[in-house]
Amino acid sequence: MQLIQLIIDGVASGCIYGLVALGFVLIYKATETINFAQGDILMLGAFVAFSLIGVLGMDYIMGFALTVVIIAVFGFFLDAVVVRQIIGQPPFATVMLTIGIGFILRGFASIFWGTDIFSFSTPFSGKITEFNGLIISYVNLSIIIGTIILVSVLYLFFTFSRIGVAMRASSENQLAAYYMGIPVKFIFSLIWSISAATAAIAGVLLAPITLVDTSISLIGLKAFAAAVLGGFGSIPGAIVGGIIIGIVEQLCGTYENYLFEGIREISAYLVLILTLIIYPRGLFSDKAEVKKV
Amino acid sequence: MRFIFKTNYAQDINIARHSGDRFWYSLLIILMLAMPLFIDDFYLGEISYVCILAIAGIGLMILSGYTGLASLGHAAFLGIGAYTHAFLLTNGIPFFASIPIVVIVSFMVGALIGIPILRLTGMYLAIATLALGFIAEHVFIKWEHFTGGNRGMPVPQPEIMGMSFYDSATFYYVCLAFLILSMFAAINILRSPTGRAFVAIRDSEIAAQSLGVNLGLYKALSFAISGAFTGLAGALLAHYIGYLAPDIFNIFLSLSLLLLIVVGGMGSLHGTVFGAIFVGYLPQLIAICRDYLPSSIGSQPGLEPMLFGLILVLFILYEPLGIYGRWVKIKLFFQLFPTYKKQTFKKQKVFTKSDRV
Repeated sequence: MQLIQLIIDGVASGCIYGLVALGFVLIYKATETINFAQGDILMLGAFVAFSLIGVLGMDYIMGFALTVVIIAVFGFFLDAVVVRQIIGQPPFATVMLTIGIGFILRGFASIFWGTDIFSFSTPFSGKITEFNGLIISYVNLSIIIGTIILVSVLYLFFTFSRIGVAMRASSENQLAAYYMGIPVKFIFSLIWSISAATAAIAGVLLAPITLVDTSISLIGLKAFAAAVLGGFGSIPGAIVGGIIIGIVEQLCGTYENYLFEGIREISAYLVLILTLIIYPRGLFSDKAEVKKV
Repeated sequence: MRFIFKTNYAQDINIARHSGDRFWYSLLIILMLAMPLFIDDFYLGEISYVCILAIAGIGLMILSGYTGLASLGHAAFLGIGAYTHAFLLTNGIPFFASIPIVVIVSFMVGALIGIPILRLTGMYLAIATLALGFIAEHVFIKWEHFTGGNRGMPVPQPEIMGMSFYDSATFYYVCLAFLILSMFAAINILRSPTGRAFVAIRDSEIAAQSLGVNLGLYKALSFAISGAFTGLAGALLAHYIGYLAPDIFNIFLSLSLLLLIVVGGMGSLHGTVFGAIFVGYLPQLIAICRDYLPSSIGSQPGLEPMLFGLILVLFILYEPLGIYGRWVKIKLFFQLFPTYKKQTFKKQKVFTKSDRV
């Protein structure tokens, strides 16, 4: 029973990793850059939601929606103004650029909102439900359901909408997509905005658990583990990878005594490195193989 | 313009290309040697710190600037060097015996980590090194027997020929000597076949492979050499800090090292020194900036990471070759004086390069 309880908690935190990883994957699939600032965008989302809901006293749903829109617009211009300039440079440049952007966002947040820890009330806070002796908090439930809804919406979007298909085409082959009349640059910026919006959603869903401060941007780093485990470039892989990482982390935390002390904090990174060494393709990789020496 | 008239084959392998180089670099070394006569202890300590950063910068430059492999966890090597050195000194091993051991240990660790990790390319490598950095930080915290954990670990200050390391002039000379040694070592590694192989890997892996460069071997070698230099810097850093705590070797330090090589100029050893000066004096620069800003912004702790990120972004976007690149441009401007064209350094139009096969 305890095991199932742990797994449920793990799934909830894993969904957050999965959502952030989804952001990586969308951008990576399209532009072959990795956005190291994803975690910082998540943090920004949580802060914006705090300002709208906690400070301005907006309704939770309204505040949530507005936050997602604001961050999506931010993501769009982040690509259109900054990131696009270094297309074609070695991967090192994009890594450094997005790390730099992350630092700017984190610095900005701590100057603008301060270094205190904030929280805002959500309809889910503090409520729990019992099911066969399992305790499930509404917050965890909201995360899991939110993830399911988001992933379904994204799936439908990529499969049936014109823009979604155009996005898949551009990430398949930029030049061919361009010849077919797809505005590739615009599409890429749009992908950045979707990815930023995903991070913002994750940030708002996460806010009741971890509270809002600048340190939550570190989740972005653990989400790398999720993305790599799922095979970078696979959308279901990102979610499954995230859930696995979440469960592993919970289990390591509980059975710490049997393993070694402090394994919980590094379990995600250990999984990441082991995946890269043993099976770098990841669980759900598509045809894009990881180039190996 | 200077035209070098070659009269002797040996001229091709001189480190100094011509008499001008020889003159200026000798002058620089003499000036550095005479430094303790002019300036007081505090600034001497600062310069020692810059020397240490430059050694670490050489390490990362060989890996990132010359082999084209990003490492986001290089603080781990600084930590390994620092802790190994402090551990050896505490157990009574003399300074000059401890340093080679530190270098060997960090070389081995670099090779051990490098062999599995460097089979990955590009982004994957960056992510893996990032994870390694985190794991190393946790190992430093948890391996209390060796590192003292969160309580920290004092670093014994040895004596060299009757001179204590507490004397900042002595420490300065030690750091300077190691910087000059490392510089010579790096120059010679980079112009040997090994170094040429590194550059070939950076410019095109496929081309390098078809010319017979064993990618896995040379990448691991680059990682190990880089680790050795950085470990040496870590050993000196241990003396500079005096008391080791695991949170020194965090991701921020790794990123400072990256900032160092990006700002200094990717792919140039001059760049490591320029970058080290920049990163070493960045805190002072920020302190000065604080005074000019309104106090509500100036007193915020978030200012430092923000400026840090801003500088990084601006350099990547507008001066990818860093301070050294700017210096080359200025030099060329004067060499060609009336005929300098801006287009000489114009960036070529490029498209997304794909790793997908």
